[in-house]
Amino acid sequence: MAQPSAIMGFVHRRRRGAELFLLVLALVVGIGAYAAVGLGVDGAVPADLFGYGAWLAGLTIVAHLVIRFVAPYADPVLLPIVVALNGLGLAVIHRIDLAREAQDKFHGFAQQQLTWMTLGVILFVATLLIIRDHRVLQRFTYTSGLAAIVLLLLPLLPGIGRTIYGARIWIHVGPFSLQPGEVAKVLLVIAVAGYLVPHRDALALAGRRVLFVDLPRGRDLGPILVMWLVSLGILVFQRDLGSSLLFFGLFLIMLYVATERPGWLVVGGLLFIGGAFLAYMLFGHVRERFDIWLHPFDFYASGESFQPVEARFGMGWGGLIGRGFGNGDPNRVPFAESDFIISSIGEELGLTAVMAVLMMYGLIVERALRTAVICRDAFGKLVATGLGSAIALQVFVVVGGVTGLIPLTGLTTPFLSYGGSSLIANWVIIALLLRISDQARRPAPMISDDTAAISDDATQIVRIGDLR
Amino acid sequence: MNKPVRTVSIFCLLLFLALMINATYVMYWKAGALNDDPRNRRVIQAAYSQERGAILVGRTPVAQSVKSNDKYLFQRTYPKPLMYAPITGYFSYYGATAVEQTQNGILSGDDPRLFVTNTVDLLSSKPPKGGNVTLTINAAAQQAAFDGLKALGANPQGGVVALEHNTGKTLAMVSLPTYDPNALASHDLGAVAEKSKQLNADPTQPLLNRGSQVRLPPGSTFKVVTAAAAIDKGLYTADSQVPGGSTYQLPLTRGETGLIDNEGRDCGANGTKIPFAQAMENSCNTSFAQIAGEVGAEDMAKTAEGFGFNQQYFTDILPQATSEFPTDIDKAQLGQTGFGQFDVSATPLQMAMVAAGLGNGGKVMKPYLVDEQQSADYNVLDKTDPEELSQAVSAGTASEVTKLMVSTVANGTASPAAIPGIDVAGKTGTAQTGQTDRSPYAWFISYAPAENPVVAVAVMIQNADIPRSEIAGGLLGGPIAKAVMEAVIK
Repeated sequence: MAQPSAIMGFVHRRRRGAELFLLVLALVVGIGAYAAVGLGVDGAVPADLFGYGAWLAGLTIVAHLVIRFVAPYADPVLLPIVVALNGLGLAVIHRIDLAREAQDKFHGFAQQQLTWMTLGVILFVATLLIIRDHRVLQRFTYTSGLAAIVLLLLPLLPGIGRTIYGARIWIHVGPFSLQPGEVAKVLLVIAVAGYLVPHRDALALAGRRVLFVDLPRGRDLGPILVMWLVSLGILVFQRDLGSSLLFFGLFLIMLYVATERPGWLVVGGLLFIGGAFLAYMLFGHVRERFDIWLHPFDFYASGESFQPVEARFGMGWGGLIGRGFGNGDPNRVPFAESDFIISSIGEELGLTAVMAVLMMYGLIVERALRTAVICRDAFGKLVATGLGSAIALQVFVVVGGVTGLIPLTGLTTPFLSYGGSSLIANWVIIALLLRISDQARRPAPMISDDTAAISDDATQIVRIGDLR
Repeated sequence: MNKPVRTVSIFCLLLFLALMINATYVMYWKAGALNDDPRNRRVIQAAYSQERGAILVGRTPVAQSVKSNDKYLFQRTYPKPLMYAPITGYFSYYGATAVEQTQNGILSGDDPRLFVTNTVDLLSSKPPKGGNVTLTINAAAQQAAFDGLKALGANPQGGVVALEHNTGKTLAMVSLPTYDPNALASHDLGAVAEKSKQLNADPTQPLLNRGSQVRLPPGSTFKVVTAAAAIDKGLYTADSQVPGGSTYQLPLTRGETGLIDNEGRDCGANGTKIPFAQAMENSCNTSFAQIAGEVGAEDMAKTAEGFGFNQQYFTDILPQATSEFPTDIDKAQLGQTGFGQFDVSATPLQMAMVAAGLGNGGKVMKPYLVDEQQSADYNVLDKTDPEELSQAVSAGTASEVTKLMVSTVANGTASPAAIPGIDVAGKTGTAQTGQTDRSPYAWFISYAPAENPVVAVAVMIQNADIPRSEIAGGLLGGPIAKAVMEAVIK
């Protein structure tokens, strides 16, 4: 029995020391970038570098300590990547601020972003503290589903909903503005995972085979049709192609993972293509986006493609190693601090930094999917897959849009872009992933643990390994 | 559920790979094309924000960058805008012309020879600084030419070019009407666009350098080329008798259209011979039409091309208008070319080269305007070496033609250019515009001192209140040429 016991006996190490080391590197990235912005733009190290660095380091240490105590087996790579991305984003936003200051425009984005980050870390800590076992979230399947739908509908309400640059995805309450879609994303993953776990067998086993593909039963198409309608609704009423694509893609992936049936992907893909084609035929703004994507330079003179073309010029100007902080002109691109932050990074830090950033996102996704693979319960697997793919899809949609791979849509780049809703939601996502990975990497529950209550009985279960 | 998760991870990997390949495509493969796009303001702005080097006349800058307190960091200024605009050109957000354009590599600091200094700058995090360019211009001559041309009237149009005969250095280059390059270098881009539109629409074309970018029929000044061709061919010497006549019917023609005269100047009776000197002094069209016929189209073209006609030779201000001597002409047209009509056209620079070449023993030097290229701290990177363009005529021929031109100043139509105590060689010209409602173009070329010249001048007056007579070129152009020559000789 040596072989199986050796496999069973594999225990993930906690690796909290490794995490700490990586966090130091991440802080070097964040604080170093902030100092480099000061040096590049003003020719001097920022006066508040120490305070800023201390604040960033403080948040990081708090997050690290909380993980150490409440999720000791959590994945050690996720937090450092997130800290590095968040720090880099702050530095780039600060750089845009300095450019805006020279133009006498509003220039408090970095300050606000730091506040959002603080709030994000607080929620991150709260998530880890309150949710000690991710499986409790399964109880809130329908609650979170309902909440997600309500949140998605909120921007459509007169009074609090606002249309900003064509997309009706914002709500304003008092002085605060919020993009509820970002929060809805997390709730939706939980709701879909919670729904799929008990229904996956029905969805997976019934159906008929057409052309080597197992197609699902008609009655099981219900939820996918609902999701399709929700996505189309977002597209049509909120004019938000990015979120629509994200939600639908996310749902399809989770459905596929839950049922293990590629047939769902075929059905979903056809529905998406059909929906996109309909939208192209029916809605002028969709058609316009599409045409601008195909021929961006033809629309430059009219100003319609100013933003993507300027971003393209900026990235070309940056080249392999970039212009260096302060030597580019990223501010020429509207929303250089939010949706187009990747072009700002490309212009001043070059292809090298863009690759590094993509690699970091890739690592987040990889860690999330790895967590899904080793997770022991179906719900955890689905949530981890959903959250990981959400980040992958979001990065693909926004970076692909900015670099011209796919039509441009408005979405934030996770952790980099300016934007409170997105930043906070993403910190919560990371907290959830850490929680699931903590559960997954924790040594297989000691059978003695499970049987503590019965250990006094005559029958005692002992590990075979211990007997040798 | 692990199998689909693995599939999903491969799918995500493909997404990221696609992003990375596309980013590489945009930022590496396409970067060059994007940077070359004329709509790419970043590239233009980067050039615009650099501390450009100065354009110097002697030690005095005529174009320089000074610090400004806006986002462009530096403002290009032109201390003597109107006089030097045709030479310096302008450096605006939308482009550059003349020396600002042709010397952009040095001025902007992009020239590889500046790289060593700039790498040091880069390490010490100093912004890149452009090198300086010194011009061959003689400030006094330039001033004399500018003042002389400006004094002609309210809105004169014309150009003056002075060359150093044995090097090809451009000592003066003036063009009117002119413009203020400061207005185009302004950081108020709206105003610049407006001004640029206005200047481009101006029918008097102030943005053109009339020294090298406008060609007009050179009229009688071209007679020195005809004379040089004839003497070089061995047909005559300065002391020979040449065909004269009060009128001359061009070959292959009959009647009024082919009949040329001398506007009343004394060129002898039809069928007689007159001294070559008289033909030149009185600018006898009848004589030179016949001489051109004797020389023949081929040799006329050869001599004209020896002086620079039909060639590109001036690279410091682009584009250069090519002065033309027509090929494939019949005998009537050949006669007309003898006195600089028909399709003969020349820039003032070209006619200055004719004068300079004759003063230099027939050797024509390649004209240039940029003397030295310097690094930002005035180390000389390159000094232009004088270059021979061609030996247009023999030294003997040049000396014979000089005799004719000296007597034209001493006794003939070119007398307004006479300088007491110095032999001046000169020739006037008045070319018909071909339009009855427009006054003719007045020309004047000269060099001095005749036997050992230091300066050759060409004056072209395109439009001013010019009387329709042969003496116009001498009356209006002579004093300007004289002032320029005096300024150099002094």
